[in-house]
Amino acid sequence: MSVILSIIYLIATVTFIVGLKKLGHPDTAKSGNLIAATGMGLAIIGTIFIHDLQVPTIIYVLIGIAIVIGSIIGWLIAIKVEMTKMPELVSLFNGFGGASAALIGIVEFGNSDIKTTSATIVATILSAIVIGAITFSGSLIAWGKLNGSVKSVVKIPQYNIINNLVIIAIIAASTYLVAGSIDNPIFLYAILTAGLLYGILFVLPIGGADMPVVISLLNSLTGIAAAITGVLYGNMVMLVGGILVGSAGIILTVAMCKAMNRTLFSVIFGSFTASEGPEGTNKALGSIKSTTSSDAAIMMNYATNVIIVPGYGLAVAQAQHVIHELEELLVSKGVNVKYAIHPVAGRMPGHMNVLLAESNVDYDLLAEMEDINPQFNNADVVLVVGANDVVNPAAHNDPSSPIYGMPILDVENAKHIVVNKRSMKAGYAGIENELFYNDKTSMLFGDAKKMITELVAEIKNM
Amino acid sequence: MKELIEFINNNLQIVYIIILAIFVGIEVIKSIPAVLHTPLMSGANALSGVVIVGAILVMLHSNPTDYLALGLGFTAVVLGVLNVVGGFAVTNRMLEMFKKKK
Repeated sequence: MSVILSIIYLIATVTFIVGLKKLGHPDTAKSGNLIAATGMGLAIIGTIFIHDLQVPTIIYVLIGIAIVIGSIIGWLIAIKVEMTKMPELVSLFNGFGGASAALIGIVEFGNSDIKTTSATIVATILSAIVIGAITFSGSLIAWGKLNGSVKSVVKIPQYNIINNLVIIAIIAASTYLVAGSIDNPIFLYAILTAGLLYGILFVLPIGGADMPVVISLLNSLTGIAAAITGVLYGNMVMLVGGILVGSAGIILTVAMCKAMNRTLFSVIFGSFTASEGPEGTNKALGSIKSTTSSDAAIMMNYATNVIIVPGYGLAVAQAQHVIHELEELLVSKGVNVKYAIHPVAGRMPGHMNVLLAESNVDYDLLAEMEDINPQFNNADVVLVVGANDVVNPAAHNDPSSPIYGMPILDVENAKHIVVNKRSMKAGYAGIENELFYNDKTSMLFGDAKKMITELVAEIKNM
Repeated sequence: MKELIEFINNNLQIVYIIILAIFVGIEVIKSIPAVLHTPLMSGANALSGVVIVGAILVMLHSNPTDYLALGLGFTAVVLGVLNVVGGFAVTNRMLEMFKKKK
């Protein structure tokens, strides 16, 4: 490898580290992203042009076409996508990365003479294929589940046993292939198929609320797949870049698990079980009280402190702009308004911050859970918009609940709670919420955008 | 087993790099505010698109008449670029929003 290319790779690797570091601070995040992107561009250009291979022009043309196609599609998706669809997008892109790694492995398997290649290299190729395949199919399932085309939790009986059997089969077949220097492609395709199957089986039973954890985990796996291909080529930028993403992804995954008080193990092996109690059990929780937008408007207009708890429902209804209008209106009337952001509000951590930032909500009004929880005692009105599981008191007081122990926003400490929801349907985790039956709670049924627009109109007339 | 030890011995540098990179990754990500988790995930996701380098190497090494390898390599490059360009672009778009009201 030429010295120049090595230096380019070195520079690229440093930009990755600096870029990731800068992504961790609000002020430097944007430049961090650009620095890493520049490094990536350098590495790509260097790889294409700096080498001493005799490469026919047609290959260059093909590489050029592939890059143009990928760039245009990637760019278009990136500028068109709605911010609410962010988690889907991350898992989709992630799946592409995984697929790329698996394809590289397949080609390299075909190129190497298995009988003479070192067993470690064959094992490396196989692990790139398997991990790439798992991330590809797993990410596509995650994508499908998030956008609703794959219907929620599919229960496969004894899926844990099936999953483990698949993974054992993959390991056994790989070992056999490596140890026996088998170069029969049938084996390779069987392993590939099993990897794809495992990705599907692994993500399919995981419950909605755990989806962000899965995306983060898959993200980390793609990094590992990239690193493995890096080992294969002795390519430092792939190796270090991949490992960085892999280890950072694991840390992020663990941080998310903590935010939901779940262990990684329970996310993967103990799928969320939705309570499917009979209709009658709901009545035991008490009766619900519904309210109108004018009553809720009066309450908020004469309040001193109002806290808004936005959830994914707000984003789905595209109500992030009207909620900002409502907040500005209330502030202009002398009401203290804050947003309480649960760490996993939305569909992935920090998602709600992105959505509210999109509608120009002032950064200082967004309060994180630990800071806002003591303030609910002083709140006159809490307006919960399209959030459910993150305000479910069952997390505190019902040990049998699947979300028991998850840190939540303590909205029940406020004087009045107004909950805007479309219907009494259970939240993403599929569990009943006793908050709605609380004496202090009034339900404001209807589409978030419509109801908040009504609230704004009512308050304007006061 | 012997092979593995031999491999580690022959690639000692790589083993060191892997271990150190794991720690760098952990240190760099530690104590990042939840606000930035989404852009961070999508930025890291773009970085994992570094497999594109491998995909390009596959194409450079392949024989122009080996249509299978070329086709697979081509697909790998397209998917890798999608991951890289889309990932960085969307991260930038998100961070742009954060910047506006500063």
